Amino acid sequence: MLVLEWSLEEAGVMSGTALTRTPHGGQPSLSAMHLYNLTLQRATGITHAIHGNFSGSKLQEIVVSRGKILEILRPDPNTGKVITLLSVEVFGIIRSLMAFRLTGGAKDYIVMGSDSGRIVILEYIPSKNVFEKVHQETYGKSGCRRIVPGQYLAIDPKGRAVMIGAVEKQKLVYILNRDAQARLTISSPLEAHKSNTLVYHLVGVDVGFENPMFACLEMDYEEADSDPTGAGAQNTKQTLTFYELDLGLNHVVRKYSEPLDEHANFLITVPGGNDGPSGVLICSENYITYKNLGEQPDIRCPIPRRRNDLDDPERGMIFVCSAAHKTKSMFFFLAQTEQGDIFKITLEIDEDMVTEIKLKYFDTVPVATSMCVLKTGFLFVGSEFGNHYLYQIAHLGDDDDEPEFSSAMPLEEGDTFFFAPRVLRNLVLVDEMDSLSPITSCQVADLANEDTPQLYMLCGRGPRSSMRVLRHGLEVSEMAVSELPGNPNAVWTVKRRADDEFDSYIIVSFVNATLVLSIGETVEEVTDSGFLGTTPTLSCSTLGEDALVQIYPDGIRHIRADKRVNEWKAPGKRSIFRCAVNQRQVVIALTGGELVYFEMDPTGQLNEYTDRREMPADVVSMSLGSVPTGEQRSRFLAVGLADNTVRIISLDPSDCLSPLSMQALPALPESLCIAEMGASEDTQQGTIYLNIGLENGVLLRTVLDPVTGDLADTRTRYLGSRPVKLFRIKMQGGEAVLAMSSRSWMSYYFQNRFHLTPLSYEILEYAAGFSSEQCPEGVVAISTNTLRILAMEKLGAIFNQMSFNLEYTPKKFAVHSETGHLLIIETDHNAYTEETKSQRRIQMAEEMKDAAGPDEQELAQEMADAFLHEDLPDSNFGAPKAGPGMWASIVRIMDPVEGKTYFFYRFPQNEAAMSLAYVKFATQGEFQHFVLVGVAKDLQLAPRTAGQNYIYTFKINADCTELDFIHKTVVEEVPYAMCPFQGKVLVGVGKTLRLYDYGKKKLLKKSENKHLPNLIVHIVTSGARIYVSDVQESVHFIKFRRSDNQLIVFADETNPRWVTTSCVLDYDTVAVADKFGNVAVLRLPPNTSDNVDEDPSGTKALWDRGLLSGASNKLEVLCNFHVGEIVLSLQKSTLIPGGNESLVYTTLSGSIGILVPFTSHEDHDFFQHLEMHMRSENTPLSGRDHLSFRSYYFPVRNVIDGDLCEQFNSMDPAKQRSIGEDLDRTPNEVAKKLEDIRTHFAF
Amino acid sequence: MEIKALIDMAGERYNIHSQLEHLQSKYIGTGHADTTKHEWMTNQHRDTYGSILGHFDLLNYMAISENESKARVKFNLVEKMLQPCGPPPEKPED
Repeated sequence: MLVLEWSLEEAGVMSGTALTRTPHGGQPSLSAMHLYNLTLQRATGITHAIHGNFSGSKLQEIVVSRGKILEILRPDPNTGKVITLLSVEVFGIIRSLMAFRLTGGAKDYIVMGSDSGRIVILEYIPSKNVFEKVHQETYGKSGCRRIVPGQYLAIDPKGRAVMIGAVEKQKLVYILNRDAQARLTISSPLEAHKSNTLVYHLVGVDVGFENPMFACLEMDYEEADSDPTGAGAQNTKQTLTFYELDLGLNHVVRKYSEPLDEHANFLITVPGGNDGPSGVLICSENYITYKNLGEQPDIRCPIPRRRNDLDDPERGMIFVCSAAHKTKSMFFFLAQTEQGDIFKITLEIDEDMVTEIKLKYFDTVPVATSMCVLKTGFLFVGSEFGNHYLYQIAHLGDDDDEPEFSSAMPLEEGDTFFFAPRVLRNLVLVDEMDSLSPITSCQVADLANEDTPQLYMLCGRGPRSSMRVLRHGLEVSEMAVSELPGNPNAVWTVKRRADDEFDSYIIVSFVNATLVLSIGETVEEVTDSGFLGTTPTLSCSTLGEDALVQIYPDGIRHIRADKRVNEWKAPGKRSIFRCAVNQRQVVIALTGGELVYFEMDPTGQLNEYTDRREMPADVVSMSLGSVPTGEQRSRFLAVGLADNTVRIISLDPSDCLSPLSMQALPALPESLCIAEMGASEDTQQGTIYLNIGLENGVLLRTVLDPVTGDLADTRTRYLGSRPVKLFRIKMQGGEAVLAMSSRSWMSYYFQNRFHLTPLSYEILEYAAGFSSEQCPEGVVAISTNTLRILAMEKLGAIFNQMSFNLEYTPKKFAVHSETGHLLIIETDHNAYTEETKSQRRIQMAEEMKDAAGPDEQELAQEMADAFLHEDLPDSNFGAPKAGPGMWASIVRIMDPVEGKTYFFYRFPQNEAAMSLAYVKFATQGEFQHFVLVGVAKDLQLAPRTAGQNYIYTFKINADCTELDFIHKTVVEEVPYAMCPFQGKVLVGVGKTLRLYDYGKKKLLKKSENKHLPNLIVHIVTSGARIYVSDVQESVHFIKFRRSDNQLIVFADETNPRWVTTSCVLDYDTVAVADKFGNVAVLRLPPNTSDNVDEDPSGTKALWDRGLLSGASNKLEVLCNFHVGEIVLSLQKSTLIPGGNESLVYTTLSGSIGILVPFTSHEDHDFFQHLEMHMRSENTPLSGRDHLSFRSYYFPVRNVIDGDLCEQFNSMDPAKQRSIGEDLDRTPNEVAKKLEDIRTHFAF
Repeated sequence: MEIKALIDMAGERYNIHSQLEHLQSKYIGTGHADTTKHEWMTNQHRDTYGSILGHFDLLNYMAISENESKARVKFNLVEKMLQPCGPPPEKPED
């Protein structure tokens, strides 16, 4: 029997609180499961985006919300690359986000509406790189309730007031002002409630410096609620209501309310005061309307539609988001429709009255949740699903042949304008930000045979979906590769002058020669550099202002700017063995272990220090730190010796070359590197680290005390099988270390955290930093006989991904065990199959021809042909929406390593593939493999009804490149879940669990159980046990009694859980995830399973009335945790070779996390205390209480939140110390603990 | 004694009554003795839609299953809040 044991008693260390049982019904042992939650990759979807000058500098930044994460991004105005400055989890749901600026201010603040029942105003502090809470005002209960404000935010464009609204009834206005010290103040709230009123959207109206005004799209349902005829609801009109804040009376009045003709979904503020006519644009279904108070008549313009669109003709069109751009002389809006088409909207104004709305088709980009137009001419598009984009606005679409539509053009009611979508003309793509959101399914496996397992995940929606393969590692982009005449040993880059922006030379050293390449437009060999070419080089550098130094075995060559050369020759028969060099200092080790020190004097002369120093053993490696700005020298030299020690030697003139400290090592120190890391943009000093690469492939990182030179706080990490070589490079303005073993790694400090990430690249031998115009922060490296220029752009990313496109939203996949190929089902609602699409096209082309008069036939024919041959990819232009109940699905065989699709089977229109199982039927022998697909025909979503349901059976050929359709079996309800089981297959047919076996004409029913509550959504098995998840009633444990051919439910749970997925941890334990973002671990209480196994007839369990109108046994909840995002996949696996097992989960928002068991009581105790301190000392930015957030639906149980604990690293040092004191540890020790638990299980 | 207790009870009952009224006006959907099934259902549905609007991942989930834009799903949800369970039943004549 297969028994997977995951509980902790096996490790034998945890014992204590709750009972658990050992497998095979042995004696119960004492234990509880304590888990630690860690996010490996944060959510990547974007829910809101705002822009402004948040750092107070000239540059504009973008603040995005990723659901429960607040992130600030900066697009580089030169390169157009988007850099993440800071990303903070707020432990609450960000429901709305707004930027505002006080009148006359230069810095934007952030207002956040969340589920905390509090309004929070944040300020970004660039010097500390943190968000600081300026104000936090409580107004209501926490949670996403319909009458508690937080859903909508509106700002007075002059920054004088903010309105925060709920979906229903409540609206509060806060007045913002400055006090005498110019600090931001916030008033007590003013109410603008109206009961029985739903709110669609809220904006601030630009009224210049008159009383602040807010416009609100409302709908009053009171009448509809009391009218039994239904006419009340039919006649309910949406209203546009203006609320005025009377600053004199300190009071909000409902100033004016007007019913609207059609229902609108959002409002756009039109600039007012001196900049424009004020008022709002109302975006409603099919129309956009301009409205303002006073004399202004309404101006209304239909939303143009695509010509010859395949969409359901009944559908209306709405705008989904907009962005405004305003300069001193003009303003315009970009608004995007549901299909992704962006229109540029301008207003014609005559004497402060708007006379005309003009719309012009701009370009088509993926459908966004938010767009931002930046002053530098960029358009940021935060996509609904899939990758996000940054475009350069190359043209404003002012003078091209694109037709402009205007409200002044006469049109009949119900008629609209038409335009033809086309490829980008005004926008140029400059950057793409990867987003995994939504991850619908994920499996961890090593299908590519690489030792480290890969993560295979199905991402995206509709035509933009993809199959992605994630590998731990930093993505490396190869800028150039060139072959060299031989195999070089080493490479460096030097600048001709210290203040040059870019490097001038690449120096490559061979066994007996040195090659100098100059960097310019191209990279070519030069001979006039002053470097000695006939000898190998040990090291080289820029020295002082404008000199160069080359160290070679026989001496040191100092090359001055005017090409004068000073040479220092090695004495007698001794040669230079090792050396270290920086901008002002040179230290060499002669054979025999003698150190000679040189320092540059103010005249630029390199002077030897009078004394030399003999080391107790041979020098193996040396390193000098960079000279700190404004200082003469780096004060420390690190020397690695053959006696397995590393010593720090002072270079201070007072005690030059005297030893300061020493550390013993487990192996020979192959390479040393002193680097200063952790410095932020401004004056803040970083910490000096000594990195030690050992011969056995281990990297040590030790803090070097800047005063005493003491070594402390060592962190260890195994990098690979080869000796570790270290190189200092520049990354994001700071120093980083490249470590090369059998794999190359980069150690860098990014967003308050150390990252040590492998590079996803082949083995490198030697490297140096590289900077040129094309590649400001790159690396030049050698690998066998090639020279490569590489760039690492996606800093902070833990995974490097490969993406292969799919056709429809992928639902599930299975791995074919023999070949590693994937079997994927993809299903889209509201979609046409390829076949229907082409039929519709032909039909429309025919209609076009029929509609044309006799003299227009030729033109019509031409148009019809053009239409039939038009080929706009769905991935950019969106798939046509076919209407409810229309489905398209395929099943596909894909090789995930190559990304090659071998085969797909298209289901006919309106057949929706819902479940998939890869089955080896016992009756069909070992070598015949099948894939079963559960299909629903004519499925309606709400309420759920289906015409007919089938299980398709396909036979897989031996090399898994083709499917052979065998038969389909009719079932009476939707087969949502399937799972192979003991050579047969279990199918959840609606609420019936059924066991099928293979038959010649169809699948044969073997056994069934009809006692499950609603709908089976997931089935997993272990041995003879089946764990069935219900759509809303949690997990049911079922025993298959082979002798009686019975499926018996013997245990269930008392909590309602709307399960999405589940995973077996051991025979008695399952982990489940639900639709509300919870993960729980459930276990069978001790002794129960024995009863079932031993009940001779099974009748007791079968006929038992059970407990609480359910099964006779109830599962115990071991762990409960609110992740905050919907978890759609759970898997128990190891992520690093030799690491421990963890529970890996992925979410709809695109995050990847793990839950790991604690291995000792001591650790658990420590983290429990740390979490407790963090909760009180580091309250979440959203204003939500951390404990109550993690207990959103069920009280959090036995799970410690590592994400909160890791925020320790970004806290104020004083607070770190005080928490550390309470835990009897130094802040460094706490940080080490945090790092250890992470690297133990993952990365 | 008995009379005093009666008065106390009456006072308490009056007090509870006014507290309930306060709750009912402050928190929509607070039930009372005459809440009909339809009222209760309507209120449940509105709460649910309100919650889906607020929870970003529930909104994502709906948008994916319906294959509609998120803005459309949000719009539909508020639209459905008007009368989620159909018109109210005829009130029986008293």
